[in-house]
Amino acid sequence: MPPIISVNRVGKTYASGHEALKDVDLDIQRGEIFALLGPNGAGKTTLISIVCGIVKASRGTIRVDGHDIVRDYRAARSAIGLVPQELHTDAFETVMATLKFSRGLFGKRPDPALIERLLRDLALWDKRDAKIMTLSGGMKRRVMIAKALSHEPAILFLDEPSAGVDVELRHGMWQMVRRLRESGTTIILTTHYIEEAEQMADRIGVMRKGELILVEETRALMRTLGKRQLTLSLAQPLDELPAALAGLPLALSDDRRSLVYRFDAHADGAGIAGLLARLGEHGIAWKDLATEESSLEDIFVDLVHGERA
Amino acid sequence: MNLHAIRAIYRFEMARTFRTITQSIASPVLSTSLYFIVFGAAIGSRMGEIDGVDYGAFIIPGLLMLSLLSESISNASFGIYMPKWAGTIYELLSAPVSWLEAVIGYVGAAATKSLMLGALILVTARVFVPYEIAHPLWMVGFLVLTAVTFSLFGFVIGLWADDFQKLQVIPLMVVTPLTFLGGAFYSIDMLPPFWQKVTLLNPVVYLISGFRWSFHGVADVHIGVATGMTLGFLALCLGFVWWVFRSGWKLRN
Ligand SMILES: Nc1ncnc2c1ncn2[C@@H]1O[C@H](COP(=O)(O)OP(=O)(O)OP(=O)(O)O)[C@@H](O)[C@H]1O
Ligand SMILES: [Mg+2]
Repeated sequence: MPPIISVNRVGKTYASGHEALKDVDLDIQRGEIFALLGPNGAGKTTLISIVCGIVKASRGTIRVDGHDIVRDYRAARSAIGLVPQELHTDAFETVMATLKFSRGLFGKRPDPALIERLLRDLALWDKRDAKIMTLSGGMKRRVMIAKALSHEPAILFLDEPSAGVDVELRHGMWQMVRRLRESGTTIILTTHYIEEAEQMADRIGVMRKGELILVEETRALMRTLGKRQLTLSLAQPLDELPAALAGLPLALSDDRRSLVYRFDAHADGAGIAGLLARLGEHGIAWKDLATEESSLEDIFVDLVHGERA
Repeated sequence: MNLHAIRAIYRFEMARTFRTITQSIASPVLSTSLYFIVFGAAIGSRMGEIDGVDYGAFIIPGLLMLSLLSESISNASFGIYMPKWAGTIYELLSAPVSWLEAVIGYVGAAATKSLMLGALILVTARVFVPYEIAHPLWMVGFLVLTAVTFSLFGFVIGLWADDFQKLQVIPLMVVTPLTFLGGAFYSIDMLPPFWQKVTLLNPVVYLISGFRWSFHGVADVHIGVATGMTLGFLALCLGFVWWVFRSGWKLRN
């Protein structure tokens, strides 16, 4: 299937002279969840803004669902819903009015049932007649999401949807994103919560200084780059590792009070149970254990510092 | 044509108008009333007639134009500047809306408000001075044309302005002086010959004079000239908006 979004050598130099994007190429597949990661100022928002028509690209072309975003902007933009990074809302409007406005703006005839469903899904139905300025930050973000979904877009951009959102709401949002994906919506999100990308995204793209330095399936990325480690606090300090355990990726800490076991995060049954049993056989008792994910976060830090890129 | 979008923008803008109805309607009506009291009743009683028209009635078209121009400009410029300032313009920019649809929605709403205001001022004027309208169709037509043109001009200012000061500067420093010197309170041939010539460089003179003809049937300038000039200015503003949306100047950068 052809990609639903195709970004072709797109660059952006702002009026200030700052080159925020350098010849980015990216294809987004229909129906996937794509997470765009990168440190502040990497160019994530710039890229999204260009695809959505808010910022003009300096170079390159973009097709959305087969439509060029400049020449055939109506068709391209109709397919897209955007939740921008910043909370921009019409303070004096009611929630209901602002949703009707968004739907109209995108050329759709009024559909009260759909709006009601959206508001209920986002736990905003009780607030439908409230002025937006009376809502909390998290509620405003949900209003923005509802606005973006009000015209039933095939593609949803979420630029840092979880910024300033509490844990419960975040989980609610993830569920919603998954439901949307099940119904066929393509989702592109940016986030600084890497666990979010790890759990949600089918593919991950990492940006650094205006360049897309890596695009990879999340699972493959975790497999090739992800490591976990298990730390066992020992009941008694150990002078040295028994020779029988020498073949394992096991290390004794400098203070000799703990053992560190490194393993591949995604190799099934990485053998923790076996390890613990063998420790028992050698009479090594432990009083506490902790696992640490070298998670996407570490991978990410390495990447943007250029160590593995 | 994305009619749903035009309707959405128009409704949004009209809702904004009705939210602030007291200040947006009451203050121009109040200030016009004050003009009528001061110029119409107090001073006007000593002025006699101009071109065979009672002074109180003579100043009505000019005063109406005064309010119409400044209100159209401030309304429309605010309407498009606010979303830029608040950041909510992202939605318009990302929507399948053409420049013309945006113009029809925003400028249409601003012009509607100005026309409501114009009607109110005419009614208010009737309280203070008796008058008749010689060419009602021309009057209404010219009123609509001016409201639309200057709302569009306000839209242009709102697109151009990137701070509140710029938003104010043209109405304050250019439009208000031109309107005051545009013959709202006097007839051009009351001026010395030299200033008569200078005054003709002021475009607002044509607007007020043309409009006055539709009321009283006498004017310094032919209504056709006034209409032609206004249409020209309308076309100029339209061209500018088209270019801004096309190039992304100040909007998509
Ligand atoms: N309107 C603008 N004019 C000039 N420079 C800009 C403009 N918008 C963004 N930039 C610059 O472009 C670069 C990329 O910004 P962008 O907002 O795309 O980053 P980001 O990856 O979204 O960052 P964050 O994680 O902080 O949201 C930054 O250096 C920023 O300062
Ligand atoms: Mg950003």
